[in-house]
Amino acid sequence: MSSETQQILTTDGIPLSVSLKKAERKNKIKAFLLVVPLLLFLIITYILPIGDMFMRSIDDKMVTNMLPKTFTAMEKWDGKEMPPEEVFAGFYSDFKILVQNKEHGKLAQRLNKEKNGFNSIIKKLFRQVQRNKIDEGQSIKEQIMKVHKRWRDVEYWQAIKRTAPPYTTAKYLKGMDMYYGPDGNIMQVEEDRRIHRILWLRTLEIAFFVTLFSFLMGYPIAHLLATLPMKYSNLLMICVLLPFWTSLLVRTASWMILLQQQGIVNDFFVMIGLVADDNRPEMMYNKVGTYVAMTQILLPFMVLPLYSVMKTISPSLMRAGKSLGGTPFIAFWKIYFPLTIPGIGAGCLLVFILAIGYYITPALVGGASGTLISNQIAYHMKTTLDWSFASAMGLMLLTGVLVVYWVYNKLVGVDNIKLG
Amino acid sequence: MALPKYTETRYKVWHYSYLFICACVFIFLIAPLFVIFPLSFNAEEFLVFSEGMKNLDPDAFSLRWYKDMIYGTKNPWGLAAKNSFIIAIFATIGSIILGTLAALGLSSRYMPYKGIIMATLISPMIVPLIISGVAIFFFMAKAGLAATHTGIVLAHIILGTPFVVITVTATLTGFDHSVTRAASSLGSNPVNTFMKITLPLILPGVISGGLFAFVTSFDEVVVVLFLAGLENTTIPIQMWTGLREQLSPTILAVATCLIILSTLILVSAELLRRRSERLRGINR
Repeated sequence: MSSETQQILTTDGIPLSVSLKKAERKNKIKAFLLVVPLLLFLIITYILPIGDMFMRSIDDKMVTNMLPKTFTAMEKWDGKEMPPEEVFAGFYSDFKILVQNKEHGKLAQRLNKEKNGFNSIIKKLFRQVQRNKIDEGQSIKEQIMKVHKRWRDVEYWQAIKRTAPPYTTAKYLKGMDMYYGPDGNIMQVEEDRRIHRILWLRTLEIAFFVTLFSFLMGYPIAHLLATLPMKYSNLLMICVLLPFWTSLLVRTASWMILLQQQGIVNDFFVMIGLVADDNRPEMMYNKVGTYVAMTQILLPFMVLPLYSVMKTISPSLMRAGKSLGGTPFIAFWKIYFPLTIPGIGAGCLLVFILAIGYYITPALVGGASGTLISNQIAYHMKTTLDWSFASAMGLMLLTGVLVVYWVYNKLVGVDNIKLG
Repeated sequence: MALPKYTETRYKVWHYSYLFICACVFIFLIAPLFVIFPLSFNAEEFLVFSEGMKNLDPDAFSLRWYKDMIYGTKNPWGLAAKNSFIIAIFATIGSIILGTLAALGLSSRYMPYKGIIMATLISPMIVPLIISGVAIFFFMAKAGLAATHTGIVLAHIILGTPFVVITVTATLTGFDHSVTRAASSLGSNPVNTFMKITLPLILPGVISGGLFAFVTSFDEVVVVLFLAGLENTTIPIQMWTGLREQLSPTILAVATCLIILSTLILVSAELLRRRSERLRGINR
């Protein structure tokens, strides 16, 4: 009884704590309702489609749906010796339906990817079925095995069995130049055909060096901008902001003009005698072009966060360091540099993440040796139409970016990203 | 930055080489933009400075490529510019509305699960564009919006909102909530308070976020490449095809126009930033 009398009541007679909680919940709901439209919009149009990418990348239902009876019958088969009569019977009845729907070609194509040689034997079987040569009163196993000697080979039946599961990680393995061998273990592609690994390494290499170059070039100018008096620094800031706001394609176009063989950069090299006029180096359609153009395009993303951090560092700190006997270099290294680390982190993260997913500039100035993993994704999306493979590689790239982001968050914290 | 008189020689050398390095980097940043200007007035078809141009011969300059850009037959620039502006304007409006609302919610101190929701809302900025492109394409294809203006506008709203969310949230961090409470206590309803008190104060943040969204949409090519049909061609798409096939001076004329546009945007963004800092009482 005594506790009730001690409770503070509002004018309606409800305990104050209850009333406060109610008000707080109301405020929570109000705040949340403001976010709901954008959150729902993004979940529907963006987050779920990324999930859809994942489903597509592991999807392998085609054969599973084409040969349902075969796979039911195969469940009892040990997979070592020739399958029993039921498997053949199941396969025959599935195949008849495929022939009716004219889908046996698709099956042949898919199985041929699993093991070479399926194309011709499925065609042979198709002709036999079409001419009604197979007598359902007799052993179907015997009859199918007579069609071609490969139907008598247990390896082909094992290959069919491997396509049974509706999901596969094969596309991810393909992205790393690996594949499933005949007995289901993971094999490496021959050394001269490992194109994807080269692309992954090149993407990492280019992203890393572009980040490094941007840092080496961005740090001094961010420092200059932060220490100069306002009237000069505002003017110089335009040099950073104008490229930042200018179309990516415009900047790429200007590099294409500058770097061409008769271009201004080459003219300049000839003028100062660095190269002979008849021996102008190729600076575009290779890695040089990619490095130069990407560094210039991404440099503002390095300078802006560095600048906003350096702006907050008081110049008296450096003076104090010097007056206590440090040389300018020691004062810089021991005092100034550690204070700029959040800016360095933010700038490097931004540039690295942007560089690793770059597509337009490498495609235009990169040539064959400058293409990156994004170009490969776009190629499979638009040209080969192997969307599941493009999805798999996209998700591998996304995982990489998220790992970088997570590491950065652990080291520096995400709150340091500022936009000018 | 004048050096004190007592500076040792080696530090003087270091200081001047540092200034020299900075100058080189500034030239590296800005010079490529200036190459485009004179070459777009080239009377000839080649993308190098002709002898006449080097001698400043007036005959070597012409407006030929600008005429070609505007009146040229089979030139897609008119349609592309129209599409680009329509798409960018609608995408900006959409991004501003959705982004500002979300930012208002996010800056409330009652907002639950702030971290994870913020991460979700700005994810389109972190995920590489090519992946966003693939994902958005899958959605639009399923929804039957591929190769439509609506589809591209929606895609650009996805890419543009993170900028609005970030700039408006930043504006709201210095926001004095007692002014809205004062308005409420004086009898204003929430909508009225927002329109008369909150919005004018956060307007600079909203507009600069909107500028980011506009530029993002206007310059976006990766996602549009997946989504656009022939009818929906935009300026970046035309530039992309032009640059891949053959670099013609007409592209440089377009590029010059785009640089002028970006200068205008830069100036307005800068003015807005200063106004915002003044309104929020941040003195420099």
